[in-house]
Amino acid sequence: MMEQVFFYATLIVMVAGFISVLRIMLGPSVPDRVVGVDTLNTLVVAAMILLGAAYDRTIYIDIAIVYALLSYIGTLAVARYLQGGLS
Amino acid sequence: MSWVDYLIYAFLAISLTFNALGSIALHRFPDVYTRLHGATKCTTFGTIFAVLAVVTHALYQLHVTGDSKYLQMALHSVVALIALLLTNPVGAHAIAKAAHLSGYKPAKAVVDAYEEKLGGGRE
Repeated sequence: MMEQVFFYATLIVMVAGFISVLRIMLGPSVPDRVVGVDTLNTLVVAAMILLGAAYDRTIYIDIAIVYALLSYIGTLAVARYLQGGLS
Repeated sequence: MSWVDYLIYAFLAISLTFNALGSIALHRFPDVYTRLHGATKCTTFGTIFAVLAVVTHALYQLHVTGDSKYLQMALHSVVALIALLLTNPVGAHAIAKAAHLSGYKPAKAVVDAYEEKLGGGRE
């Protein structure tokens, strides 16, 4: 019962993720696309945690931790590149 | 249905509402800085409540079944939440600073304090 509720909650979070993918495709400037990617990262972490509760697998939540830290490093690298070089 | 189920439903409703509002805010605001503000704040708040729902579910299952994998699920969800809370505002700050330094000005803004600070430093 409760597992199905968490699964449908994951589906709704991924619909919100597709709306932010629309901003990544439409975005008129480069920082707009970076903001869309940052929002998509947070939504994917939330979806992974809800899916781990839906399938009773703790390993999905561990993957969410690693994904959160790696997406943070990626966002910082893109921001440093955007403000003028990686030096 | 016990009262724990209604508590989980309430947490999930708040979480889904704020995550959806965060992604809609990307399309309703005029420039980079307001989009960053709306999206980051709403998705962080929504993820806090998603983790609260998972922790409530896991602790209730631990109470019912006594299986220790549910305690592991609750603790790892809290670790993921702490990682997200520490890294999300820093990433948003880095994006905003990089966008301003690479020349994208705020639309419809009357006062730009960061530009005045940069101009004052150069004179």
